[in-house]
Amino acid sequence: MQFTINDRPVEVEVDLRTSLLDLLRENLGLTGSKKGCNQGACGACTVLVEGERINSCLALAVQYQGRSITTVEGLSDAEGLHPLQRAFIEHDGFQCGYCTPGQLCSAVAMADEMARGIPSHVTGDLTAETIALDHDELRERMSGNLCRCGAYNGIVAAIAETYASAPARQEEAA
Amino acid sequence: MTPFSYARADDVPGAIALAVATPDAKYLGGGTNLVDLMRETIERPAALVDVTGLSREITVGADGGVVIGAGVTNTALAADRTIRTHYPMLSRAILAGASAQIRNVATVGGNLLQRTRCGYFYDDAARCNKREPGAGCDAIDGFNRIHAILGASPSCVATHPSDMCVALAALDAQVRVAGPDGERTIALVDLHRLPGGSPERDTVLDPGELVVAVELPALPFAAHSTYRKVRDRASYAFALISVAAGIELENGAIKDVRIALGGVAHKPWRAFKAEAALRGQAPSEANVRAAAELELADAAGLRDNGFKIELAKRAIVATLAELSGEQA
Repeated sequence: MQFTINDRPVEVEVDLRTSLLDLLRENLGLTGSKKGCNQGACGACTVLVEGERINSCLALAVQYQGRSITTVEGLSDAEGLHPLQRAFIEHDGFQCGYCTPGQLCSAVAMADEMARGIPSHVTGDLTAETIALDHDELRERMSGNLCRCGAYNGIVAAIAETYASAPARQEEAA
Repeated sequence: MTPFSYARADDVPGAIALAVATPDAKYLGGGTNLVDLMRETIERPAALVDVTGLSREITVGADGGVVIGAGVTNTALAADRTIRTHYPMLSRAILAGASAQIRNVATVGGNLLQRTRCGYFYDDAARCNKREPGAGCDAIDGFNRIHAILGASPSCVATHPSDMCVALAALDAQVRVAGPDGERTIALVDLHRLPGGSPERDTVLDPGELVVAVELPALPFAAHSTYRKVRDRASYAFALISVAAGIELENGAIKDVRIALGGVAHKPWRAFKAEAALRGQAPSEANVRAAAELELADAAGLRDNGFKIELAKRAIVATLAELSGEQA
């Protein structure tokens, strides 16, 4: 099977039953993406396929042949950490860190979805051309990423600082 | 997972030929339900026919109706400008379901054909007639807070978890299906089955049949429609009760109305009785409440889910009040 992973071509022979998550972790040594629930409930395995976020645990690797996949290892570049990664450090957007790679990938793709005007469950006016990433939009759009430590305050603050059109509320409750 | 073969279909006839060629083949969409069930060995297809490359267009007809390819993702459908403007209940229903990660890969065809299920279906230490016909049902006397209140049977009390399908039921959607014996069109409200004595069958589809598209007839008043979902947490949870509704008022009376319920039955539940009772009536709370009472007259609660009967009535009243308030 052939893929482009973090901008590099990859060719690998694996069993058809291999999930994209297991391919990344077990066959390619990219252990940034985490196996939390392994059933699409927690978001720790979130990666980007051509920029769109998916749960790699629910994806059969074979179905993603030829596609371009970005993991948390691909977010930083020669210049250093991604701005969102720096914001997570600044705002203590984690405790144990297990959900963090998924949170980061998910938020990067969420920002792109906002830029494309994709609505959410809490969007008031579905016909609006642009949607502001306010407090409610941010939390709704990140609801597919759980944090068992409850570091949501810092996570929301870091994402808001990086992407939001309005600052997140300071009194944020987990 | 048990071993399987994999092939990517190039077109609809090719997909059907591949599926027919292998006994126990299954079509694969985004895989968000099927892959999960395969990992639990609840689903054990011998072959997967990947149909995600097929039917990815949304086409608006001259009459205003819309044809949605079965391979369109949930995200793409919810974000489509025509759907957002003319069928907002459908956008809202999709956006109320799952997470962004899942909506990005889940297809329209896959959403329709996700399994009707409950926790006992996943638990291989429990009895489940849907997983193993004739085994019995541990949900009926078990933890059944989220289970069905309408159309259930002694065999199965699971609910169909889709939000999208509730809106499609209300919108009179038609499902275009292709199979070894040709094409046919099935009304969405007839696609899914009530469990009866054979809960292992969720739909009326025959082996090898492939969902190709969903057709939405033109329904101008669907521009005034919405979807209300009541659940245990604010996001990313199945519905306890949901209501898809659209309403057309004329001279202070309900000229036409569509109502469908989610979270109540083995299939998306179109509220035909309530709709019939409301046509020609004023959209008053008393009238809507009476219509909701009529629709839920046959509802039956289990140990834990009796509250859903009253919740369903209140959700119908609240949803129609919101819609008629917008048009007053």
